[in-house]
Amino acid sequence: MSTEDTMHNNEHDHEHHGNFWTTYVFSTDHKIIAKQFLISGIIWALLGGALSVIFRLQLGFPDMDLTWLKPILGEWIDMQGKLDPEFYLALVTMHGTIMVFFVLTAGLSGTFSNFLIPLQIGARDMASGFMNMLSYWFFFVSGVIMFISLFLETGPASGGWVIYPPLSALPQAMSGSGLGMTMWLLAMALFIVSTLLGGINYITTIINLRTHGMTFTKLPLTIWAFFLTAIIGLLSFPVLLSAALLLIFDRSFGTSFYLSEIYIGGEALPNIGGSPILFQHLFWFLGHPEVYIVLLPSLGITSEIIATNSRKPIFGYRAMIGSMMGIAILSFVVWAHHMFVTGMNPFLGSIFTLLTLIIAIPSAVKVFNYLTTLWKGNLVFTPAMLFSIGLVSYFISGGLTGLFMGNSAIDIQMHDTYFIVAHFHLVMGSAAFFGMLAGVYHWFPKMFGRMMDAKLGYVHFWLTFIGVYLIFFPMHYIGMAGFPRRYYSWTNFDTFNGFTDLNMFVSVAAIVTFIAQFIFLFNFFYSMFKGRRATANPWKSTTLEWTTPINPGHGNWPGDIPKVYRWPYDLSKPVNEEYSKKLSEKEIQEMPDFIPQSVPFSKTPETNFQNENELIALEKEENKAIVVNEEK
Amino acid sequence: MSTATTEISSKTSIWSGGQSPFNISYGKLMMWFFLLSDAFTFSALLVTYGMVRYSHTAYDPSVHGEFVFSQSYWPIPEKVFEAVPFLHGVSLPLVFVGIMTFILIMSSVTMVLAVEAGHRMDKKAVQKWMLWTIIGGLVFLGCQAWEWTHFIVGTGGGGASLSWNEYGPPDFAALFFFITGFHGTHVLSGVLLNFLIYYRTVTGMYERRGHYEMVEKVGLYWHFVDLVWVFVFTFFYLI
Repeated sequence: MSTEDTMHNNEHDHEHHGNFWTTYVFSTDHKIIAKQFLISGIIWALLGGALSVIFRLQLGFPDMDLTWLKPILGEWIDMQGKLDPEFYLALVTMHGTIMVFFVLTAGLSGTFSNFLIPLQIGARDMASGFMNMLSYWFFFVSGVIMFISLFLETGPASGGWVIYPPLSALPQAMSGSGLGMTMWLLAMALFIVSTLLGGINYITTIINLRTHGMTFTKLPLTIWAFFLTAIIGLLSFPVLLSAALLLIFDRSFGTSFYLSEIYIGGEALPNIGGSPILFQHLFWFLGHPEVYIVLLPSLGITSEIIATNSRKPIFGYRAMIGSMMGIAILSFVVWAHHMFVTGMNPFLGSIFTLLTLIIAIPSAVKVFNYLTTLWKGNLVFTPAMLFSIGLVSYFISGGLTGLFMGNSAIDIQMHDTYFIVAHFHLVMGSAAFFGMLAGVYHWFPKMFGRMMDAKLGYVHFWLTFIGVYLIFFPMHYIGMAGFPRRYYSWTNFDTFNGFTDLNMFVSVAAIVTFIAQFIFLFNFFYSMFKGRRATANPWKSTTLEWTTPINPGHGNWPGDIPKVYRWPYDLSKPVNEEYSKKLSEKEIQEMPDFIPQSVPFSKTPETNFQNENELIALEKEENKAIVVNEEK
Repeated sequence: MSTATTEISSKTSIWSGGQSPFNISYGKLMMWFFLLSDAFTFSALLVTYGMVRYSHTAYDPSVHGEFVFSQSYWPIPEKVFEAVPFLHGVSLPLVFVGIMTFILIMSSVTMVLAVEAGHRMDKKAVQKWMLWTIIGGLVFLGCQAWEWTHFIVGTGGGGASLSWNEYGPPDFAALFFFITGFHGTHVLSGVLLNFLIYYRTVTGMYERRGHYEMVEKVGLYWHFVDLVWVFVFTFFYLI
């Protein structure tokens, strides 16, 4: 090893002492940035959830006097104590935007990709800490702009989170399409920059900075998931950027990319020649992959947690990777299934139906692998494990309705009803959210050096798990009955007058579930300071992050980065034939049921398979080579 | 030492960690992925161009008779872009944009020479070729400014703007301004980056660092901007 390298290594042996601002605010350390994303994500999740509670009040209790909300919502509550219909649309729009982008994209990928990639692949930090920091601060500024837009007199963007023109393009169309929409577009443009900076970093780090021995087929599934997520984001977000820029021009500079032959308020607009369908194509080219940007990290996180807490290797490691790759590729060729009712050629519709239904195959592979991993495992029901199993449950029950929606023939009936609301809230919203919560419970000890309270975790899990089903299951019925989404009220129409009681039930469930999240909040912040101190490897996990000190400093490992010899799922590895004769029953039972990735095969002759014994020779040679290398 | 390592490297693959599999620095890898992403941004815009153009009527001599600038069909680019500075009134279809394209491609050639000089650690040559690349970029931008001005002022029919176009449907002009403008912004930022590299070469920063990799990274960006222009050129001027 050259002197320069040695010096560089020594530098990491002691902590970098910066001031408060460089350590906690403008930090380039991936762990701090991850925590910044996490805390921001939690704040946004609370806000997004609170917005949904307000519109659920309107839907469940249409006659309710909401005057008590006046201190918060001000003029949006009228003299009779009713919610302003335009603001209702703003609430729905902002709930979607916040949850999809700020919570489940930035809050999820931002937190766990940043936190786990360097720790699990054995790197000191991200490839570029500075760009990583920029990524967070672009997200932060984007969030500030979006937040300010909530307080505009004309309200925030209200055309739905999909912001279809012409509704979103014409300020005359609705009050939310004024300044609110402009700020939405600006915020999203910054958000895309943030995702790009983060994504490039994640991909590069995984390719270039894996430690010795960490081949791609020894990577934990979390890393595979983050890797593919970042690639999907890298290729789909720029298309949204183009779509948004074109929309900005249509709104502010008089172009007609999306606009043609429009009468509004009896007046003909001069715009001619554009196509609103074009926007939908561009939007959904991002919009559909976005579903997997949201979901894949959660699937990766739960793969890890389920394997660890089943004390079994993940079933079908390579099948898991393959199915994630399949999902990633397919995610780019199914976008038009969101557009079956746009007057699309039915032949084209049938092609997109076919491609969409193919996604069921990799998804089913994943589900079966989860179930077979759980099957006959020594299940340890930590809160993280419960949330992971919750994810599998939502992924199945929400995924099944995906088969309905993916069929163009059925979708035409179901489109824009509460059926689709139920579908995507289960399969993508709640599932991804549960993955995120599972990740927080599981890696909290690594993040803060303390344990979260398990009992509160159980209460949080059961209330949320049951609550989510109580909210979204009835929506299938409501949707099948033809109730359209995004409607302010149904009581005005005789057709939609039924199911009032069911809507009331859903609203109550939503409120209870929302309140249950405060248990988590308390647990999170209380445990951060007062929680039980964590041990080095509380879940008996095999991956590299647990080989760091309990509170890893800058550079993660005080000495050399550990080398990797084996895959991350050597859990409950059986004693081989040779040693099962040599060792007593007691000795075998007392052996640890997991072997960390950093343990060489030469240290575990009891459990090595024949081919692994052959690797020992290679290990020795490699060590020799490195010693020689260092002497040089 | 060398025997031991060569022996090992034959047994472990370049993908087995502890090294960069493509043997390139993280910065260059990042640039590649950024360009991949940016390629999708441009693709989206060119797809937009294709869809909007397809939804307009195409010029058909058997239906529309002799070609005139008309709102009722998409214009023929050769008829729109036929002016060259100082040759007022002479019809030279696509000559000027041809010159522009040639200049931009030449600037890519000088960029390659700068990168090559960087490999030789030849500071003087890097300086020279970076300067030519910057000049190429600036000339291209100047040409584009002239082309835009000519397009905006027009030939007596009110010219073109984002919402009006004397040569054909308004979307023709809007897309022209948007996409060539978006590309021009890329060229401008490329010129600024090139200048930064040039400046740092002059101050000897890369010489002290021991390598001119930054020239390569910015070079990748510059070639990409060139490549995108080939597509923009094809879409707007040729078909």
